[in-house]
Order: sequence, then structure tokens, then C-alpha cells
Amino acid sequence: MATTTTAEPTRRDFIYIATGAMAAVGAAAVAWPLIDQMNPSTAVLALASIEIDLAPIQVGQAVVFTFRGHPLFVRRRTAKEIAAADAVPLSDLPDPIARNLNLPDGAPATAANRIATAGGAAGKAEWFVSSGVCTHLGCTPTAFEGDFGGWLCHCHGSMYDTAGRIRKGPAPQNLEIPVYTFETATKIKVG
Amino acid sequence: MRFTLSLGLVLGLALAAPAFAADTTTGEQWPLKRQEWSFEGVFGKYDQTDLQHGFQVYKEVCSACHSLNRVAFHTLSEPGGPGFSEAQMKAIAAGYQVLAGPNDKGETTDDKGNPLKRPGIPADYFPPPFPNENAARASNGGALPPDLSLIVAARNGGPDYVFSILTGFHEKTPDGFKVTDGKYFNPYFPGWNISMPPPLQDGQVTFNDWDPKKKATVADEAYAVANFLAWTSEPHLDDRHRIGVGVMVFLIVLSGLLYLSYRQVWKDAH
Amino acid sequence: MSGPSTYVPQTGFTRWLDSRLPLLRFSHDTMMTFPTPRNLNFWYAFGAILTFCLGAQIVTGIVLAMHFDPSGAVGAVPGSSLAFDSVQSIMRDVNYGWMLRYLHANGASMFFLAVYIHMFRGLYYGSYKAPREILWILGVIIYLLMVITAFMGYVLPWGQMSFWAATVITNLFSSLDQITGGIKAGSHIATWLWGGFAVGDPTLNRFFSLHYLLPFVIAGVVGLHIWALHVPGNNNPLGIDVKGPQDTLPFHPYYTSKDAFYVGLFAILFAFLVFFAPEFVGNPDNNIPANPLVTPPDIVPEWYLLPFYAMLRSIPQKLIGVLVLGGAIVTLAFIPWLDTSRVRSNRFRPLMKQFFWLFVVDCLLLGYCGALSVDAARFGIPMVWVARLGTAYYYAFFWVIMPVVGLIESPKPLPDSIAKSVLGNVAAAPAE
Repeated sequence: MATTTTAEPTRRDFIYIATGAMAAVGAAAVAWPLIDQMNPSTAVLALASIEIDLAPIQVGQAVVFTFRGHPLFVRRRTAKEIAAADAVPLSDLPDPIARNLNLPDGAPATAANRIATAGGAAGKAEWFVSSGVCTHLGCTPTAFEGDFGGWLCHCHGSMYDTAGRIRKGPAPQNLEIPVYTFETATKIKVG
Repeated sequence: MRFTLSLGLVLGLALAAPAFAADTTTGEQWPLKRQEWSFEGVFGKYDQTDLQHGFQVYKEVCSACHSLNRVAFHTLSEPGGPGFSEAQMKAIAAGYQVLAGPNDKGETTDDKGNPLKRPGIPADYFPPPFPNENAARASNGGALPPDLSLIVAARNGGPDYVFSILTGFHEKTPDGFKVTDGKYFNPYFPGWNISMPPPLQDGQVTFNDWDPKKKATVADEAYAVANFLAWTSEPHLDDRHRIGVGVMVFLIVLSGLLYLSYRQVWKDAH
Repeated sequence: MSGPSTYVPQTGFTRWLDSRLPLLRFSHDTMMTFPTPRNLNFWYAFGAILTFCLGAQIVTGIVLAMHFDPSGAVGAVPGSSLAFDSVQSIMRDVNYGWMLRYLHANGASMFFLAVYIHMFRGLYYGSYKAPREILWILGVIIYLLMVITAFMGYVLPWGQMSFWAATVITNLFSSLDQITGGIKAGSHIATWLWGGFAVGDPTLNRFFSLHYLLPFVIAGVVGLHIWALHVPGNNNPLGIDVKGPQDTLPFHPYYTSKDAFYVGLFAILFAFLVFFAPEFVGNPDNNIPANPLVTPPDIVPEWYLLPFYAMLRSIPQKLIGVLVLGGAIVTLAFIPWLDTSRVRSNRFRPLMKQFFWLFVVDCLLLGYCGALSVDAARFGIPMVWVARLGTAYYYAFFWVIMPVVGLIESPKPLPDSIAKSVLGNVAAAPAE
């Protein structure tokens, strides 16, 4: 068949290119619903924020909740644990960044920044809230264990302090702080 | 809209009247009262005001007996729905008591033996009026009020069926037809004997955005709730029509180009 | 017919690949240069359209299976099932779930619409006649697999129609009790299919498994179907053999461009159904969760099975009814030997052409009868008798008319060649 010469190559090429381009656009448009259907559904997203009643939690107690399918740590710290967290100089921290979703990226990992709530508002020193997912490979650390009195991840030995900051072991980052806010003195809303 | 509605109703009744005379005791369903719906046709979409009014009718009237098991509160504020604000939706959810899980002591009931409840959140579904099917039947003379989530999709005639049933109670029982004890005459219900008592009255529901002097008629209320139940049956209808128009335009253009390519290729073959 | 391969690898890699796995050579010879009669008309585009349908059904089906829960157990919603609830979750919660499900559900109807046109086309142009008997029989097998797959798919949403369709169809097997005496083989088959004493959760689970498997079996048989097509090559509207290169065109770009256009037109119809009349072929009763205690008042199968349903209902004896139903499909496999004519295409068979169109009308009429209730009458005629007459003609068409007309009819003279017919008496221009 002839592919090299016809009377009007430009018009012919234009038709083929336009058809091909249109078909490519169509294929991309069809691909999107096929991809997006695997994203969380509206019913899942409706559960994306939870409210937690803090009243039953005693001083010195650490509780694990479920938030977006992952563990969420809520710990009512003792005065000693708060002091221990405050006393750590930033230079001792393997990860000097706060990793707090309530703060701008790159805020320093001071004890105060680790409890800041929605919009960067100051938190309450007694209450420490963080993700329960070890930043190494996703295991859930155990409270009151390890060299720093915070958490120890049994999978690969990462140790966190009482402000959930990585101090020793293979984990690269501090435990992430989710967006949360105090709705009342004893009730937080996470997400 | 409202004018055409009542006009349609009058015309429908007038046209249907001769047909009424013909059937007497058959129990054969009368032709439904055909209404105009904003969501019909290629460009049709739900009317937010109608949906909000319909929600109000469901909440104040229907929900006493009928569940709406498949509708989650969060959908009330999602696009293509009644268009409540997120705050309104949360307030609606919190206004319902849903079953709570076991408390800290592992109890599922309070001191009086009633199940523990908590205010609804957006992820919750409309709680049913009765705890189980037997309780629903016991309170309704043995009949089970159907769940309304899919009622428009599950009945021939869809919204026209819902509208006709709700407005069909005032029809005169034809001579020679005996209504079963404990049932009601409704010619739009197959067999004519319906277990549901007439649920709507003129002025039963007050629509806040209406002139206070104007009372909602049974037809207004029925029309609104049929709109709402059409939405609960197919919450993505607006999306379907909107995307569909785009898809049709695209495919027609693409087919036009494919035709030109095809003619171009075949030009030298004949 | 395919002739020697004309594929020449152009690069080092393709030469390397060609001597190890001649995949590109195979694709080139079967999809690019494959010589195709130059006179194929619109009705021959349905092969490509059906390939499109199969692909679309598999893609949307795989996606839906990610969200579907094949369980008849009661979930959070009372009086329903996890299967029904998961379908509702697809319709309400899953991103674009409503679109994917409507594409899949209406895709089945479009698939059958296309396959019926494809079959009637084969029947009209005599595409089943030697040397294409295997090609035709493979097509009948594909059709049978399609019916089974579609039926099982219809059961999955576990609505009232799903449940009662499963009950009625599986009970067809119980008719075998009448000839197996005390063994009750039919009932045993039905119980085996159900995995219980009635249609239930085990039935739904196995139907889902098979509904997922069979499309890939269909794809395999489609591969054989295309293989069997490529050995003798396409039939054509004239029904005469290809005599040389002047009668053919390379499949690409001639038929790829032509088929692509018709696939586009088909997609317009498909999209209209999906977006503007998605419940047109559905039944409202299937939006009611399955209830084993209540049969819907009007139970009808999907439109594409209505002609067979009409045949079944028109026979008052259970076993004979089932045999007539099964025989209607099995008959198709014998057509290559029932047609005694020397000529393939109905274009040159003035008598057979009339019987053919009567047969098309008969199938539509049977479909119409199937959609009505059993006791329906039109113009004072009980439709069950119309269905009986229609069934009789269906069988007579294949078993009596085909053999007899083939012998007594004198066909019109055939053209000398495809090229002459298409290009007139001008010396055929070479296709290259």
C-alpha cells in the first residue's frame, strides 16, 4: 500500500494525527475511573476523622486507638516524663524536625512543637498524641520500653523518647503527629 | 414548576377518569399519575430545594415506620444531593441516636435494658425506626414497611409510583370492591389493599422557606418526598448525566475523525 | 491463504527476538498484512466490535470484583445480603462505581446485541459452509459460554430477579428425573449445583468463581475462533473464494480503520444506554434483596434469552420443554451439514433469502412472546400458540428448509471474482 506519496500529504497526516490524539485522550479519560475506583471510597473518607474522649485516661497511661486503619498513640504523661522530654537538646536528636502536621514543614523538634495542635496552637503538655507507626518499616512500637522511657519498636529496635522522637535505632524520623485539635478540655478530634 | 405540577395532576385525573369507570373490582393497578421531574432527560438534575423538602417529609413523617438503611448522613452534604452544608449535615446526624458499641464495662444496654445509643456522626447511616423485622411487623399490623433507600429504583414507574401511592388514598372505593379489614384502599397499589394508612395530610409539613400562609398540600409533600427518594435510590444521577453529555460529545467527535481516517485510507482502494 | 510471512525485522533487537520468539512476526502476519477480501461490508465489523465488548467486560469486571462480596450472608442491613450490600456500596460509595457497574451490566446487553448480529450475518452469507465449519462451531461454543457467563453474572447482585433466575435455571436440570427413574439424576445435579437444598450462599460463591473464570475461557476460544478464521480466510458478502491478491487488501490499515469507525459508532450507542438509560434493560425487582419466600409476580429473563424462554414456556411437558430449549442451541452446531446449497451467500439464493428474513422475524417474535406473561393474548390470539408456531419454524428452518431449499433452489449466477464485482470490469488495480 502507498504510504509515502499522495496528492495532499498534509491534510491526510492531520486527520491521522487528530484521530490518534483524540483516541489517546479517550484512553486516558477511560483510565481515570479505572484507577480512581481503587482510592478510598466516600464511605471510607467519611470515617477519616475521629473524636476521642480523654476523660478515662489516667496520668501515666498510654492508650492505642485506631485512626485511618493505623494505631494512634494517646499518652497522658507524668510530670517526670514531660520534664525528660523538655530536657533533651535538639543536638541530641537524630531527626531534628518536628514532623508535626499541625506545623509548617521543617519546624524544629522541640518538646513544645511535638505537642502543638491544629494550626500550630500550643498543646497541653500532659497529653501526647502521635501516630503509632514506626517510621522504619511500619510496625507498632510498645510504650514504656527502650532506653528513653518512651517507646521501643520490637521489630528492629528503634527507641523513641517520651515525646515520640527517634533516639536510637534504624528508624529515620520521629513519630508523625496527625492533625488534631482539643474540642473540649477532655476531648480531641483527630483528622 | 408547582403550577405545572398541579396542572399535570388535574389533567392526569381528568384523562384517567374514564378509565376508572371501567374497572370495578379487579384490583388491577391504575395507570400512575405521570409527573414532571427535574432529573428526567439528558440534562436533568435533582432540584436541591425539592430534595431538602423531601428530606424534611421523610424525617417528619415517613421515618416513623420506614427505614433508610443505605443512606449515610455524609451524603446529605455531597455534590448532587440535597446540598446541606457540612455543619447542617453534622447537626442532622447528631439529631439521630444510633446504636453504640459496648461501653467500658462491656455492657450493651443501660439499667433499664435499653440498648446503648450515641448521637450520629457523618459516617453513620439513618437508624431504623424498629430494632428488627418482627418489631416492625408487630407495630404495623403484621405488614413490614419496606426500606425506602431503593424504593424508587425497585418499583415500576419509580417516582411516579411513589407520588401516586401517596396521593392515591382519597380515591373513592369502587362499588363492589371490599377493602380488607385493617387495610386501606389505594388503587395505585397492586391489589388495591394497602397496609399503610394515609401518611400525609394537607399542611402536615411546614416548609420554612415558604410563605407561612401557604400550606403544603398532600401533593406538594408527596412530590417532594418522591424527589428525595429518587435521590436516595440513585445518588449519582447528576454525575451520570453530566459525564454522559461529555462522553457523547467526545465519542461523536472521535467517530467523525475515525470516519475521515477510514475514508482517507480507503480512497485509493476502489 | 495466509501465505509466506512477509515480516522483515528492522532492528538488531527485533532480529534477535525473531529467532527466539517470533511474536512480532506473528502479530505482523495476523493483524497487519493478513489478506482480507476487499468487499467486506458493515456487517463484518462485528468481529472487531465483539472483541471490544469482551475486552470491556473483562476490564470492568476485574475492577468490580475488587469491590464485590460474593456472600449471601446478612450484613449490616437487615433483610439483605453482603452481596447486595456490596453492589449498593459500588453504586453509592466507590469512586465511579456506578459508572463501572452500569458499563458492565449494559455491556452484557451490548455484547449479546453484537453477537446476534454477528451470527445472523454468518447465517446470511453462509460463513459456516466448508471450509469454515470449525470456525462456526467454535462460534457456537463461544455463544454458549457467553450465555452461561451472563446468567451467572445476573445472579451475582443477589436481588429478587437474580435469586429466582438462579432457581428457575438450575431447576431445568431436575427435568432429567423423568427419564432417570429412581436415580433422580436431575435432582442430584440441581443439588450439586446449589451446594445445598436450595439456591443459597454456596451457589452464589461458586457462580462468582465461574463468572470470573469463564470470560478467560471465552477469550481462549476466541483465539481458536480467529485462528480458524485465518486458515481459510474471511468469507465475504459474495460468498465466493478469493482468487488472488487482486481480491484482497491487507487487514491494516484498511480493516483496522474501517472497524475502528464502526466500533466508535457502537460505543456511541453503548454510552447512550449507560449514561441515559442504564436501567432500560434492567428489572426494578432486582433492586429488592433476594427473598427465598417471595417470587416476583412477573419473572422474565434478560432480553437476550427471551426467545429461548418463549420456547421453553410454549411446551407444556417439562422434559420436552427443556430439550427443545437445549436443542435450539445445539442445532446451530449442525448447520454446516444441514445446508445443502452449493452457494454460500444468500445474495444469490432468492428463495432461501426469504426464509432467512422470516427466520429473523421469527426470532424477534419469539423474543416478544417471551416478554409477555404466559396467558397473554394479542388480537384474540393466545400468544402461547404463537410461541409454539415460532418454535416450530425455528426448528423447521434448520432441519427442513435448509436441506430442502438447498436442493431445489436454482441460485443466481455468481460473479467471476471479488475484484471484478467491486471494481467493475476495469482490470483490477494491484492492491499494493
